[in-house]
Amino acid sequence: MDFSETLLSALEALTLNKLRTVLATLGVVIGIGAVIALVSLGQSSQKAVEAQIQSLGSNLLTVMPGAQTSGGIRQAAGGVTTLTYDDAKAILASPQISSVANVSAELSRRAQVTAGRNNTNTQVLGVTPAYREVRKITLLNGSFVAQRDVDGLSKVAVLGPQVVTDLFGEGANPVGETIRINRMSFRVVGTTAPKGGSGFLNQDDMVFVPLTTTQKQLFGVDYVGSISIEAKGENIMSQARDEVGYFLLERHKLSDPSTADFSIFSQADVLGAASQVTGTFTALLSGIAAISLLVGGIGIMNIMFVTVTERTREIGLRKALGAKKKWIIAQFLLESIILTIAGGILGMLLGTILSFVIANLINLPFTVSLSSVILAVGVSGGIGVLFGWYPAQKAANLSPIEALRYE
Amino acid sequence: MIQVSHISKIYKNDSVETVALSDVSFEIKKGEFVAIMGPSGSGKSTLMHVIGALDLPTTGTYILDKEDVEKLSEDELADIRNRKIGFVFQSYNLLPRTTSLKNVMLPMVYAGIPKEERIKRASDLLKMVSLGDRQNHTSSQLSGGQQQRVAIARSLANNPSIILADEPTGNLASVQGEEIMAIFQDLNEKGHTIIMITHESYIAEYTRRIIHLRDGKIANDNGNHKQRQANHH
Repeated sequence: MDFSETLLSALEALTLNKLRTVLATLGVVIGIGAVIALVSLGQSSQKAVEAQIQSLGSNLLTVMPGAQTSGGIRQAAGGVTTLTYDDAKAILASPQISSVANVSAELSRRAQVTAGRNNTNTQVLGVTPAYREVRKITLLNGSFVAQRDVDGLSKVAVLGPQVVTDLFGEGANPVGETIRINRMSFRVVGTTAPKGGSGFLNQDDMVFVPLTTTQKQLFGVDYVGSISIEAKGENIMSQARDEVGYFLLERHKLSDPSTADFSIFSQADVLGAASQVTGTFTALLSGIAAISLLVGGIGIMNIMFVTVTERTREIGLRKALGAKKKWIIAQFLLESIILTIAGGILGMLLGTILSFVIANLINLPFTVSLSSVILAVGVSGGIGVLFGWYPAQKAANLSPIEALRYE
Repeated sequence: MIQVSHISKIYKNDSVETVALSDVSFEIKKGEFVAIMGPSGSGKSTLMHVIGALDLPTTGTYILDKEDVEKLSEDELADIRNRKIGFVFQSYNLLPRTTSLKNVMLPMVYAGIPKEERIKRASDLLKMVSLGDRQNHTSSQLSGGQQQRVAIARSLANNPSIILADEPTGNLASVQGEEIMAIFQDLNEKGHTIIMITHESYIAEYTRRIIHLRDGKIANDNGNHKQRQANHH
């Protein structure tokens, strides 16, 4: 008895009770569909996060005040005040440091910004002109914060597109207008081009003002929130990290790196952390989806048991006519594999459509990876074997006499 | 061809032992036409299952074509059922919703016969039992007598030397029963060994030898010389 005969006879058996076949498959369709949809949405959001972080610049180092992970109590990064604008200027000016192209000191706080009767709560970022190069900011109108604005504590502001929309309406050109930050008047000198992003990474919902103005006029502090360092190339990132690290240690009169009062992150670190978060999330969702797949598999097993019981006489007859055990197993196993593979393929289509619709709805890039497709078909076939095996064994082990007598 | 010696079959069920066969011995030669008779519960179906290699005896030996059936593996038993023995059941046991042709082809599928040959042989066999025009009918579209003729055609699929029939006319009207018996007689004349269970004596009269069973023992066997000799002593 060859494979095509077994396949044919399995297909015939499945078409004899179409409704049952469809219902049995449905569990696997939903299970696989859920897995594919969730995995691909997870991958999409991971890609979105990666793209956002990449857009910040891949040869970027960020120096944050606060201790590195080692050494007793770790102070929250950003919560301390050990970095200054002078540190930033010294890094750029130092003859010991050869790997750094540009240094930008930043201080950011949320503040209430108003223009006329409109107001918004947004991120106010104190910057130097270096910020524009380090962070690859493109201007839409006007000009960016200039060095003389920083030196002269000018009250000028550059608005992100989201802020423009909130305060002046979409597409407006507010250059020359006046806005108020914490009741202080600022003249708008430019607007930036949209860069995309959301949440804490949203670079469009920002107001840029000179660093010194932010420190002295707005918030009354003399430290900076972070220092962004652009390395001369991606391949000398670790060199840049070491040079800046040792330079700052020396400058802060610290001899032991474990007592450092600052931390240096690269974009790769941030990327890794963010990827880990979305990865965990994806794994969690996939786990839930896998449970529904398992339930679908049990549904198949249930149907196969019913089928075996219902066809006891037929199995007995087949054995009496000379069917070997392995042929009975092959037939029933093949029936359940056909059910699950068909379910897997339909589920794949369902999952792909679902993730396409959702991705469009929440504005994510749409991706369905080949691996998840292979996984779905492989897993569904595996489920067919796993949950078909026991019923098939049961069928093959029926004694032909008892099976023939069965009513 | 068939050598049964001192066969017993004991079923154990919830520590209650039922003796279905007790020390049964006989021999059937090639080309014989044997009826096994007896009241219900006399063990004739059990005997038939043992002869048909569907079941193994508890004690005793069964030699089929010089092979000790007890020593065969499950797959080898399946092969014997497939090639050496043709079964005809009282309730026909055709596959439901399947055409006559496919039903007859089924044992040939298990024997690994190529498709063209299967179709040709199945078709020839159906013609032989006068069902040449019913090849594509499913069993529900056939009368009882027709279904039993399909079942006989199926039993002949792999040209087995032995045909085992378990009350083949039990569900049929006497006219149809006679048609079936005519086919069996014809097959016997062509050289098939036929062993048939029946409880109707007019059916048993078609045969040349009748084994009577009672309470799992042979009560009378008009063809078993050994048994007769044993009874004399």
